[in-house]
Amino acid sequence: MTDIESKTMGIVVSGSVEKGVEVRLDTQSSVEDMVVGRYVTIEGKKRRFFGMITDISLGVTDEAIMQTPPDTSDRFTAEVLDGTATFGTLHVLPMLTIGGDAVSIVEGPQPVKTVPSHFSRVKLASEQDMDLVFGQEDEQRFWIGNPLDMETKLCLNLEELAKRSNGIFGKSGTGKTFLTRLLLIGMLQKSKAVNLIFDMHNEYGWEGSSESAGRKVKALKQLFPEKVSVFTLDEENSRRRGVSTDFTVRIGFDEIEPEDIALLKQTLNLTEPATEAVYQLRRRFGRDWMQKSLDLSDSEETKNLLQQMNIHESTFQNLRRGLSTIRRLPFIVPHAPVDAVKSILEYLDRGINVVLEFGRHRDMTAYVLVANMLARRIYSRYQEKTEASMAANLASPMPLIITIEEAHKFLNREVANYTIFGTIAREMRKYNVTLLVIDQRPSAIDEEVMSQLGTKITCLLDNEKDIDSVLAGVSGKNELKTVLARLAPKQQALIFGHAVPMPVPIKTREWGSEASYKEFSSGRDSKKRAEKDIEELFD
Amino acid sequence: MVKIGEVIESTTTGFIAEAYELYELPVFGSLVKVVELDSEIFGIVCQAGTSSIEPGRRPIARGKDAPSQETVYETNPQLLKLLRSEFNVVNVGYQSGGKIYQYLPPKPPRIHAFVHTCDADEIKTFSQSLDFLGILTIENMTVPAEELVAAVLREMSRVQDDPQAFLVAAGKSLTSMLGGDYQRLRAILGRIRIQK
Repeated sequence: MTDIESKTMGIVVSGSVEKGVEVRLDTQSSVEDMVVGRYVTIEGKKRRFFGMITDISLGVTDEAIMQTPPDTSDRFTAEVLDGTATFGTLHVLPMLTIGGDAVSIVEGPQPVKTVPSHFSRVKLASEQDMDLVFGQEDEQRFWIGNPLDMETKLCLNLEELAKRSNGIFGKSGTGKTFLTRLLLIGMLQKSKAVNLIFDMHNEYGWEGSSESAGRKVKALKQLFPEKVSVFTLDEENSRRRGVSTDFTVRIGFDEIEPEDIALLKQTLNLTEPATEAVYQLRRRFGRDWMQKSLDLSDSEETKNLLQQMNIHESTFQNLRRGLSTIRRLPFIVPHAPVDAVKSILEYLDRGINVVLEFGRHRDMTAYVLVANMLARRIYSRYQEKTEASMAANLASPMPLIITIEEAHKFLNREVANYTIFGTIAREMRKYNVTLLVIDQRPSAIDEEVMSQLGTKITCLLDNEKDIDSVLAGVSGKNELKTVLARLAPKQQALIFGHAVPMPVPIKTREWGSEASYKEFSSGRDSKKRAEKDIEELFD
Repeated sequence: MVKIGEVIESTTTGFIAEAYELYELPVFGSLVKVVELDSEIFGIVCQAGTSSIEPGRRPIARGKDAPSQETVYETNPQLLKLLRSEFNVVNVGYQSGGKIYQYLPPKPPRIHAFVHTCDADEIKTFSQSLDFLGILTIENMTVPAEELVAAVLREMSRVQDDPQAFLVAAGKSLTSMLGGDYQRLRAILGRIRIQK
């Protein structure tokens, strides 16, 4: 393996900083051995460049060869032409400079600001180069997968990751859920943040299903029992699935605010005036507005009331219909017995991660309503606590990461301004809360929010608009498009952003076997044990 | 190496030699050499022919009633004195101080210098580099360059351990020398392909 890697496979013949460099392949290297997405090193005159193959093409010195190619039986001519008049070309996007100058040696890989000179030699990246660029597994770095065709472990810097909101994207069936579970496990294992997960499909709490394995895989609570608690909206469903829950969430009418209804405009088919009317009703009736609005009978009194508030009859009917839909949800009660938000916050304060299962309530109304409502109140508590701690110069509350799926329902252009998630995304880490958004239609998410995401992990996407929205603002975007479109439909993803030094296509880490579970749970313990052993040696 | 002729005209780019024996001409495209005091000059035979000694006097047909060509010569022995065979050679390199250089020699051979054929080892050594082909491809000669280059490669391939590999390598060198000119390349490759 080292032999192949250290051999020169081609030389740089043209290029620019903006567009990348063209590498002409040597006669010995076959075009068919090259893979888009692999890493190469370029030995420039003064520094070494590290880049990714983003395109592979065939070339000829004379167009006439394409018009009158040699006969298929004429192997002699084909052999003569191979590598001289016909050749392979790689398009490489240099992304980092490693080694060679003092700055690189001290500070590590630097971003690319120039191009390698003509005829610089190009080689496949070695394991050492990969370690140098991506770093090795340690306290803060979680092994998430391997770069394509390599044994090196690609490790994400979780501290960098937690500093901003992040996103996981991909068509349905590409392994987003698997990847999200893996990332959450990593964060539970190694990061200092606490997680609140709105688990729409019941995949992250106790156990999840694996399409490829066809069996169940352990999820967060099974792997980290003392660090995770499972809340549920549907106790019966959870019990039937054999999941032990710590709290059943009930939401009272009096907890629902006009913003929550505004967010449901699309899902409940409310008209614009109807959503406006809610604000007026709230103003008029106070906290019990919803109960009172539903109780309004078809009387003259009601008609006058509506006229006073300038609410049209049909508007009110439209709203009533929507509110009834909400009321029918089993977990919506006139008055909740225990404050769910308070409970969640108690757990989070203790550093315990909370997974909220939705049981059989998988329709969008339930999901959007509950997630937005709870998040809104939790965020405002976090705001208060952060501001209080800043004033008293105390430690700020533990950073919180909120995971939401079907994110485009919360973050599309129309509603991004109403939802708390839009606000959280935009305010970054101001109040110590960030998002992990999971979605299969990134083009539906507001551009501004997408631009706030620090790191994006993308599985295969085939919609042109989705690809454009995910790669917006990334340097080398056109080249990465080719790489993204060539990902395998399962188990492969492209990661780029702050948590990695440069964009990297990976094969997701395999797990689901008994051995792999041990790796997760014993991470911290084994290190402590090792330290203890060393101490005892010296007694 | 066999002495086959003598230089009768000489310039930097090449020379004309008269063959010692009528009709005993070196093969078109073969490597020949001229031995001087301190160096050897290598050249490729690019033209050969036989004609009357006196430029004004042209040969006359004599064989109308003769049964064969040999009979014509038997009955006209003076022909051997009236005709002479000559060949043109283009200079492609020289050897000096034990090293071979594949570009035009600093000084052309002298008149009356002896011309020798090269033996297999000499050809093999010379053919280790194919830089001299460049001189043949750009040289403006009476013979088409493609014919000459093809002939040279055919002759040289005969003494190689692996003729096929030699021809492939030669083909690759030619491709870059011809600047990727596919048509010229095809013309040459067609003439050197080993017929199965």
